[in-house]
Amino acid sequence: MEQIVHVHPLIIAITVFVLAVFIGYYVVWSVTPALHTPLMSVTNAISSVIIVGAVLAATPMESGIGKIFGGIAVGLAAVNIFGGFAVTQRMLAMFKKKKT
Amino acid sequence: MTANLAAILYLVAGVCFIMALRGLSSPTSARGGNLFGIAGMVIAVGTTLAQPSVQDYLYIIIGIVAGGAIGTVIALRIKMTAMPQLVAAFHSLVGLAAVLVAGAALYSPELFGIAEADGGIRLISRIEMSVGVIIGAITFTGSLVAFAKLQELVGGAPLVFPLQLSFNLIVALVVIGLGVYFCFGQSEAVFWIMTALALLFGVLMIVRIGGADMPVVISMLNSYSGWAAAGIGFTLENTVLIIVGALVGSSGAILSYIMCRAMNRSFISVIMGGFGGVAEAGVSASQKSHKPGSADDGSFIMSNAGSVIIVPGYGLAVAQAQHVLREMADLLKKEGVTVRYAVHPVAGRMPGHMNVLLAEANVPYEDVFELDDINSEFATTDVAFVIGANDVVNPLAKTDPQCPIAGMPILDVEQAKTVLFVKRSLSPGYAGIDNPVFYRDNTMMLFGDAKKMVEGIVKALQ
Repeated sequence: MEQIVHVHPLIIAITVFVLAVFIGYYVVWSVTPALHTPLMSVTNAISSVIIVGAVLAATPMESGIGKIFGGIAVGLAAVNIFGGFAVTQRMLAMFKKKKT
Repeated sequence: MTANLAAILYLVAGVCFIMALRGLSSPTSARGGNLFGIAGMVIAVGTTLAQPSVQDYLYIIIGIVAGGAIGTVIALRIKMTAMPQLVAAFHSLVGLAAVLVAGAALYSPELFGIAEADGGIRLISRIEMSVGVIIGAITFTGSLVAFAKLQELVGGAPLVFPLQLSFNLIVALVVIGLGVYFCFGQSEAVFWIMTALALLFGVLMIVRIGGADMPVVISMLNSYSGWAAAGIGFTLENTVLIIVGALVGSSGAILSYIMCRAMNRSFISVIMGGFGGVAEAGVSASQKSHKPGSADDGSFIMSNAGSVIIVPGYGLAVAQAQHVLREMADLLKKEGVTVRYAVHPVAGRMPGHMNVLLAEANVPYEDVFELDDINSEFATTDVAFVIGANDVVNPLAKTDPQCPIAGMPILDVEQAKTVLFVKRSLSPGYAGIDNPVFYRDNTMMLFGDAKKMVEGIVKALQ
């Protein structure tokens, strides 16, 4: 009789994905509408975590098309990461309480 | 670093990103949340750099230094009125990065651990790559078109040609067909033709959509950039990418929904496009009687009022009148007038845009209220001060089921004792329809440039 020893990694990935969609759903609904623009700029910054894929592609010693693609992608994602977090911080600093 | 340790660190980074979004539930916790986001990014990138397969740091350092410098300079210089374009441009970069990473995986699958023994790419990974590259390509060109429209490099009117929808549908089907074909064949040519057509589809999809619908488009592209990241995350079997992709994807989807609801449009009708282009000449406006007033009149009415609700629209930002408006509010408060701001969800050009513009002008966020929270207050308010807004206060949305904005939730300014309407002329707004509020007995039209008018009121108040 055949026994399943390991769950396929894809199933684990799908599990993570589905749970994260639910977390996203509930967390985003609790974001105050006044901060929807910072929400967009910060989600923009964090979606640039795609840089981890770019880093892996840009890293081999021998050069090739993949490495060039990776290097460009690192640069593009870095624009987004630095730009996204900086502009979010700038906006959030403007939201002040009443002077009492 | 072992694979297990790396996986745990990626999970920590993922949790940081969740905390970053969680922080945005209130302005007080939001800055801390942003720091969580930065920490998560540092952990994720650091973990990747510590992988044994990472050998050559040259391209990575150049990329991070150059990209980081460009991004930081842009972020510190950008005007807050230009946020929608900036976000659109940033989305396009995520899309292009996703395309490039998928392309790199095509040429060097061994780097991502997705190669078979014979050097080919695993079937599952080919499926995931196709999904990632298609969504990434659509995000890239779609965002570029949105950027061009918002930056007014091209006109805001939708570009419509005969049989356009059928043509778009055919392109979409061919893209999907090529995707399936690539999964069975792993041909580089097929991969790139598929990518090129997906790039074309991104353009075709967004050129149909008019300027007024851009808040929905930006939110939708935000969502796509997330799904593209998730697709690449599946290819790399990287949990943090999958978590982030799912978070961003659902975030953008929720924002699109909120924007559609605020305009009472269905998502499908926005995507189908062709709306909000030509402003039809509505009822000949000048024939009905209206009551014009001056800055002095406005100042007199407001300084004698007990409460004022200011209704700002995007025209306020165009005229750069937010700062002088806040000065006006401060002077009124000194006279003992209660001043609040009512913000419609589509008052700006992207979700929450008007709130940022007011915050930039040092308006305390406690004075700013959302539509649902303040709409019942107009009936007990002395003055509604409408500046740079039009369609979002048009009662036809409730009374005329035939009009283009029928069913759109509006701010009930006409219920206030007096409405002061700052506007250049009686011309209709984006949706191209006349506004009955102009002709009501309790409305005074303050004709002129928003900034000059408010400056006049400030002078009269002093």
